[in-house]
Amino acid sequence: MSRKTDEFLIEKGLFITALSSIIIIALIIIFIFVEGLPALQSVGVFNFIFGMDWSPSDGQFGVFPMIIGSLAITGLSLLMAIPLGIFCAIFLSEIAPTSVRKILKPTIQTLAGIPSVVYGFFGLIILVPFMRTQFGGTGFSMLTASIILTVMILPIIVSVSEDALRSVPPEYKEASMALGATHWQTIKNVIFPAAIPGVITSVILGMGRAIGETLAIIMVAGNVVQIPTSILDPVRALTSNIAIEMGYATGLHYNALFATGIVLIVMIIILLVIANYLHYKKKVTIGGGYL
Amino acid sequence: MDYRIEVENLNVYFDELQVLKDVSLKISKNMVTALIGPSGCGKSTFIRTLNRMNDLIDTFRMNGTVLLDGGDIYNPKVDVVDLRKKVGMVFQKPNPFPKSIFDNVAYGLQVHGISDKDVLTEKVEESLKAAALWEEVKNKLDKSALGLSGGQQQRLCIARTIAVEPEVILMDEPCSALDPISTTKIEDLIHKLKKDYTIIIVTHNMQQATRVSKHTAFFLHGEIVESGSTDKIFIEPSDKRTEDYITGRFG
Amino acid sequence: MNRIISPKNAQKIMKVVFWASGILTILILLVIIGYILLKGLPVIDLEFLFGEPIDSGRAGGIFPMIVSSLYVTFIALLVATPLGVGAAIYLAEYAGENNIVRAIRFGSETLASIPSIIFGLFGLAFFVIFLGMGWSVLSGGLTLALMALPTILAASEVSVESVNKSYSEGSLALGATKWQTVYRVVVPAALPGITTGVILGMARAIAEAAAILYTVGAALTIPISLLDPARPLPLHLYIVATEGISLDNAYGTAAVLVMLILIITVVTNTLLDRYIKKMMGR
Repeated sequence: MSRKTDEFLIEKGLFITALSSIIIIALIIIFIFVEGLPALQSVGVFNFIFGMDWSPSDGQFGVFPMIIGSLAITGLSLLMAIPLGIFCAIFLSEIAPTSVRKILKPTIQTLAGIPSVVYGFFGLIILVPFMRTQFGGTGFSMLTASIILTVMILPIIVSVSEDALRSVPPEYKEASMALGATHWQTIKNVIFPAAIPGVITSVILGMGRAIGETLAIIMVAGNVVQIPTSILDPVRALTSNIAIEMGYATGLHYNALFATGIVLIVMIIILLVIANYLHYKKKVTIGGGYL
Repeated sequence: MDYRIEVENLNVYFDELQVLKDVSLKISKNMVTALIGPSGCGKSTFIRTLNRMNDLIDTFRMNGTVLLDGGDIYNPKVDVVDLRKKVGMVFQKPNPFPKSIFDNVAYGLQVHGISDKDVLTEKVEESLKAAALWEEVKNKLDKSALGLSGGQQQRLCIARTIAVEPEVILMDEPCSALDPISTTKIEDLIHKLKKDYTIIIVTHNMQQATRVSKHTAFFLHGEIVESGSTDKIFIEPSDKRTEDYITGRFG
Repeated sequence: MNRIISPKNAQKIMKVVFWASGILTILILLVIIGYILLKGLPVIDLEFLFGEPIDSGRAGGIFPMIVSSLYVTFIALLVATPLGVGAAIYLAEYAGENNIVRAIRFGSETLASIPSIIFGLFGLAFFVIFLGMGWSVLSGGLTLALMALPTILAASEVSVESVNKSYSEGSLALGATKWQTVYRVVVPAALPGITTGVILGMARAIAEAAAILYTVGAALTIPISLLDPARPLPLHLYIVATEGISLDNAYGTAAVLVMLILIITVVTNTLLDRYIKKMMGR
């Protein structure tokens, strides 16, 4: 074989490996939709999304409370993780002495890799009993789940935001300090605004992980299908619904769980589109857009 | 003669490395002083000592005295924030913030507590005029400063510096990243500014030193070899090393 | 100037706030990991690591689970590494900017943001049922491969792309073909980044439970053949903890998982440091 054909074959071979991502995405979408559609057809898309009752034995398939559950848990955990994570990132990039940072940064990155089941397990044996004694009830609640999720997404927000803050050109800091701005004024008015696109990315990543988390939430959220009226109410997330019931689902129930998956995918796509739009818009208004 | 800055027996170290050795220099009011010397001779470190920008570096240590208007700027009671308001700085690479032109100039005023929109507008215009940039940007004050050319960005940085009304302006090779035409504009500006400000400029370009400065100090290996009137240094230097440098025999 | 708090006081206050939030974050995370290790490490001994579970995990060891974890992770990497690295090389070295490339990137990014339970659903519908692989290490490993793929691809692409262009120009100028250049110059230079990508993918696969919940089964025996069902560590922890089977064994399993991740991270960092030093001739 000539060298030319070799080169040609190699390039085509690499091209095929590159196509694998698209093929996989396509397969995932096809299979989830094919398995989920019968349920959507039988129940009706509107009734499925906005239905308040989920009772497989009676043929009731409405996932609205779980949509709310997923959004509520994710929202509450972001509410806690964003300020703490960003402050910690600023601490690492701007305040902490180099020696402290050198130890903490890899530690936090390692913590991002700890299996979510481990965090869920900790929630189950420590946090749930604690919440029970503090607030009454069972201890399994939206708040408990949000706290565990906060802990899980903190390392992501901290480490990605820290990278963004550190990649702000040092000239900006120098210029601001040379004008007599205090360090805090410099952080607030120059460094942080310049790092916002990267900080938004960190929040998107954290949100993605929070909304997709399954088993850790099952272990602490209580999993009752209801729209929570208080943060101490037990809730069920879309992900949990799939994982809890797939073990024994058959027939339309089985299809309805795949349809739950469709709702989850669509929801994530919507959130990602919104978040990426914000990210893009911020990048454009800043003008530099070096992140 | 009135001195604005008096430096005596200044030694600066980064970790164990001594960057400035026993440097003494007096800098007169409302005059341009040029610092020349080969790369790594310590001249940038020297001017960064004058507004305590070196404090941002962990490994920085110094001894000796640096007086501004007779007061020791390294006295623990001195507030660096107030000091830097009095001693402004223009950097080698133009470094406008990723904000609008207006916000760049207004920034220093805002951090010092001015929030009145009218005052800000007036001061921004005044500073941009003083920096000879007003005519070029007056119709696009709300546009990003990063859209300006390098020379315009550098004049914007000068406008930003003079907006907070410093007494001293430190310029760390302000033209090294600019083309000849922009360089001329900055040099003209320096001439205009010297009656109101004490200017210290670090430069690689010896012609520039002769064009803009009244006094010159020649740095070599962290020491001042010679300092005095620019004319004297360039016409009849008293030290052999100065002569070698200005005639281009090394550096 | 009528500020409530002067800039100088604001500076002092904020400094305290930053230290507090830094310390709080680290503390929360370390307390959790510390607690798990404190409770779990005493459970771990040779008998626990190399013993068979007794009475569905109420007593005994977790050897079959460790084997299961290694088995599915190995399968996942075996499939995902060539696909991810190949795709990264193609995107960084061969592809221009066209619609197919944009679609590939979009596909990979989308894949990265799909929740693991969806991969689990897909694995169940596709590998387990459609391809008839049943609940097995093969189904589980392939499902994990899909999850690890975008991680490996993204990290590899960045590192292939960041290889100094002058290296490949130097090689091409010597008359080497494109592939020779890529294979002998670009890939070795990008190897630390590619390795990091593969290890991140491995960490993701070894930690995952939801994606294998309905693809790998839950057998307590050591899997031998590719089609044997198994129970990797995270899944075992989930089952043992939620079904209240044995708190001690749950602590032990959790500690083993945490230690695995710690060891993987430390080993990678050390290897990377050494490799970079060697490459740079220091």
